[in-house]
Parts: sequence; structure tokens; C-alpha cells
Amino acid sequence: MIKFENVTKIYPGLAKPAVDSLSFTVPSGEICTLVGPSGCGKTTTLKMVNRLIEPTQGAIYVPNGNGDLVNVMEVNPIQLRRKIGYVIQQIGLFPHWTIFENIATVPRLLGWDNDRIRRRAEELLEMMNMSPEYMDRYPHELSGGQRQRIGVARALAVDPPIMLMDEPFGAIDPINRNLLQNEFLRLQKEMKKTVLFVTHDIDEAIKMSDRICIMNVGGRLEQYDTPAAILSNPANEFVENFVGADRALKQLNLIRVEEIMDTAPVLLQLDQPAAEAWALLRERELRSAFVVGPDGRLRGYVVRRELRDKTGTVGDYFTRADMGIEISTTLRDALSEMLAMDYNTVCIVDNHNRVQGMLSIEMIQKKIAESNVNGDDQENGA
Amino acid sequence: MSAVAVNRKSEVLYTILSWSVVPLLIFLTLILLYQHVMLPIAPGSMEENILGSRQIGFQNVLSEVLEHLRLILISTLLAIATGVPAGILISRPEFRDFAGLTLSVANFGQAVPSIAILALFMGVFGLGATTAIFALWLCALLPIIRNTATGLDGVPADIIEAATGMGMTRTQILLKIELPLAFPVIFAGVRTATVINVGTAAMGAFIGAGGLGNFIVTGIALRRESMVLVGAVITATIAVLGDWLLGKIQNHLMASRRRLA
Repeated sequence: MIKFENVTKIYPGLAKPAVDSLSFTVPSGEICTLVGPSGCGKTTTLKMVNRLIEPTQGAIYVPNGNGDLVNVMEVNPIQLRRKIGYVIQQIGLFPHWTIFENIATVPRLLGWDNDRIRRRAEELLEMMNMSPEYMDRYPHELSGGQRQRIGVARALAVDPPIMLMDEPFGAIDPINRNLLQNEFLRLQKEMKKTVLFVTHDIDEAIKMSDRICIMNVGGRLEQYDTPAAILSNPANEFVENFVGADRALKQLNLIRVEEIMDTAPVLLQLDQPAAEAWALLRERELRSAFVVGPDGRLRGYVVRRELRDKTGTVGDYFTRADMGIEISTTLRDALSEMLAMDYNTVCIVDNHNRVQGMLSIEMIQKKIAESNVNGDDQENGA
Repeated sequence: MSAVAVNRKSEVLYTILSWSVVPLLIFLTLILLYQHVMLPIAPGSMEENILGSRQIGFQNVLSEVLEHLRLILISTLLAIATGVPAGILISRPEFRDFAGLTLSVANFGQAVPSIAILALFMGVFGLGATTAIFALWLCALLPIIRNTATGLDGVPADIIEAATGMGMTRTQILLKIELPLAFPVIFAGVRTATVINVGTAAMGAFIGAGGLGNFIVTGIALRRESMVLVGAVITATIAVLGDWLLGKIQNHLMASRRRLA
């Protein structure tokens, strides 16, 4: 848990505060993103947690060894920093040290013995999907993405409960950034760190966060809420503009198809008699249906009209088509696929192409409408 | 395969050349000096009794070389011992304001001709090695202070920030991060200072500090060209050899720094 209480920072010689009486709490085990335009004081806010910058007023609380909250200003800054993981955009690996020595930085400061450090370093490299042979390489021998992995590994070395990440993936190309984001989210599922994450990219914020803290120039907090709530119910015009006109689409990023799909669609078997299938479709008032094989895998679809007054089985009349979308796909990707392929309806499959459900464009529209209604309700309630 | 072999061959050749050319040239120079200057006037030769001949006997030359090296060594070590801390100090945020002042004081040592410094401080320290060492120290100071400060300023800010953010103390950052990363640049300053001092040390003879300058000063007074030659050639030899050796070490350091960049 990280708690900000009326934190204000005024740099000497400047009239306006860089951070203006900021109050919010990051719950334990959650990723909170500070996001906003440049000059909004998000990095200043982050650096006040490990006292690289000291607040002018107010207090920041972090848990001590026993889990009690302590004011960071009452802790020795050196001791404080050794217990808080810190990752920066430029990574800042020490070029004259090997990867092992870089990872060993904080463990050595805390006086760990060499065996323990080596075991931990091996464990961390494995977590980062890097082979242990990198241990004795120098930072310049690594690619940008690998260096940032080491940057994260170094920050995780002594398993600190809190991580501060200052645009950690900002300097990485889009493909690797996506990869690193996914890796970090996967790790976070197990680690449950309390993470304060700075970015200027609202999409990254939506993807990475449990909570987003949107800041405006002058260090003012505009909205602090979950990504879904911020998208469906922006607190004011600034937030609305900042999340962008496509916020309805962005919302779709937060939902996976399995959450809204029809889990019991009408399915026809390949060896089902055509007449029986036609009757079933007419009864359910469906113009078409998906066809599966005996193994439950998707084979294609069949149109009701094609089956009318026919003998034989469904297998004789169906159209082969790969219309499956993986169950863990986000709604946004699913919608994009459906628009591109000009399908109204797609079949949802697992990673073995076995049918799990069905999704239609109407279902997506309904979901968007619902979340906006919820948002309006909250607004009225407040 | 052949390309690799050729490459390796030329690499080996280059290594051999780079390690042998300068020592070989120096060796040849000294042989020539011995053959054509020292032998003809050595004890037992025809010119044995000419004024000044005794001074350029082997023993005497060796002791002046050692005295010369002693002057350089002491003054350079003193310059390192004071210049590096001064360079560190003026690169700290608290003392950055003093950077200009410190550098201009050190600049004084470089701008004023060394012979003038010797003359100036002769009044304070009197004749002898102390004055020479003081003057040499002053001459060597500027490159060392300046390179130390430049080297430390050149350490990327994000590396310092990462180190601070991980809980290193300022002393730890200086000793474990900044100085190792700035070392090649600091070393380059030491190299410059040493080479300057080899030449300047010859002036020490004017105030009775000893060293190879003695041969030059006495040789000029006695109009003995061979004596001047002994002093001048050996001084030049030490300068070239010292520069070459330090350069070799520096190249090695730079290579490891490139590896890091």
C-alpha cells in the first residue's frame, strides 16, 4: 500500500506547484498508473515515494518491515530506497558491471552472501525468460528489450513489496514493448507487488493498471479510478479529452470475449440429417448455424435455406470456414476481426479450435450500451 | 577460412609492430648516442681529459636519469594526490561554483612558462629539488584536475539516478560507479601531465635540482655539444617512452570502455 496525503511539491523559485495537494491510496498488490501530459508532475510524484525528491507539504506512507504504514520522511532515505524497486526509462544499467553484478547491486548493499545472490540472480533470469549464460555478459552485449528485462530483474532482486516504474517501456520499440508489458503482467499475477507506474501513454495505462491516476498540468489530480470506470465515466472534460474520442473502443480492450459470449449456441453436427437440422433452425428462428465435427471442433457454417427439403446430412451442405476467434481475445480485437471479415457472428473457440461459444456484433453493442448506462447512473448518484 | 586467417595474421603483425617499433627506435637512438657521443670521450680515450668528460661517464648518467625520474615521479604523484580529489570536489553539486576558480588557479600553472615558475618560487623555497618538485606539481595539476572533472561529468545522469534510487550512498556511487567509469579520462590527464613533466623537469637544473637538465645546462656553459646531446637525447627518450607506455595502458582502458559504451 502507498498512501499520498495532501502531497504538494513546489520547486524553489517557482510560483506554481509541480504537484498540488495530491491524495490517493494505491492498494497492496495493485498496479497504479500515473498518467498525464508532460509537466503534470507524474514523475515528481513517483520520485517523492523513494525521496529522490522531497515533498514540500503533506506525507507519503509506505509499509515498513512489519506492514505498518510509516511516513517516508521518517525513514533513512538510503534504507528506504533499498526496499523499494526502482526502474527508469533509460534503464541505467551499470556499463562496467556484468549482468550478474548489476542484479547483485542491492543484495550486496544489504549484505547477502554470494551463493544466495547467485541463486536469486538465476531465478530472476529465468523469470525474465533469459538464459543463465547472460549472467557474465555486459549490458552493451544485450538488446534494448533484454536490457530493460535486466532493469526490472535488478529492481526485483531483493523482492521489494513496492516497485516504482518511471516510463519503463517508453524507449522500447512497439513490438517489444507489448511483449514486455505482457511479461510484466504475467509476473505481477504471481508477485502481487504494489506498483506505481508512470507513463504518458493512456493505452499503456489502460492495459497495465488496476487503477489509473490522471493528472493535469500543475500537478492536479483529475480522476483516480479503475480503467473501466475512467473510460465509461470520465470525471470531466479534461479526462474525456485525455482518454480520447475512441474511449468506447478502448473500453473493449478491457473485456475478453469469454465474458460476454453466448456459451450455449445452437450447433449442428456434420452427420446430423439435413431435415432435422432445418427444423431445429426454424424452431429457433435462426438463419444459419455453426457446424462442428464429432471432436467438437469448428468446421464451418450452414445456411437454413440450403437445408430446406434436402435429404442427406448437414455435412453435404455446409460451407467450410475458419470463423473461430480465441476465447481470450479482447473485444476490441474480436470486433476488428469481425469488421474486417464482414461477419455478423463469429464462433468462439479454445486453443484447440473446440467451440466454446458464439459472439455477435449486437452483443458487443449491447455491452457498450450497458457500461455507459452504468456510468451515467454513477454520475447521477454522485 | 583464408580471410579469417589473413585477418588474424595481420592482427598479430599489428600487435607485434605496435609493441616493438617505439622500443626499437629508442634502443637504436641510445646505441647511436653511446657510440658517437659517449664512447669517444669515455675514460681511456683521447679526449678523456677534456673539461666535462668525466661527467658523462655511465655511472653519472645513470644517477642523473634516476634523479630525473625521481623528480617526475614525486611531482606527478603529488599532482594526482591533489588533482584527483580537487577534480572530484569541483564536480560535486555543492562545490560546482568553485570549478571556475579552481581551474583558473590550475591554469596559472600551465599558462606561466615553467622557467618563470621556477624563478618565482625560488625566492620562496630556495634552490634545490623542493622548488623543482613544486613547480612540476603546479604544471601537472591542470590536466589532472580538468580531466577528473570532465570524466566525472561525463558519467550519464541516468546511471547516477539508478544508483541513487537503489539506495547507494554518495560515497558508494563515487567509488563504485563514477570513478571506475571516469577512470580512462582521468588516466588520459595523468598521461598528459607526466609527459609535460618529463620535459619541464630538465629545467630543474637551473635551480640546482639535478636531473638530466644538468648535462644541458653545464654543456651549454662549457660549450660541450656532446654533453648537451646526452642530456637532451635521454630526456627526449624518457618522454617518448613514458608517453608510449602510458598510451598503451590508456588504449587498453579505452578498449574496455568502448566495450562498455
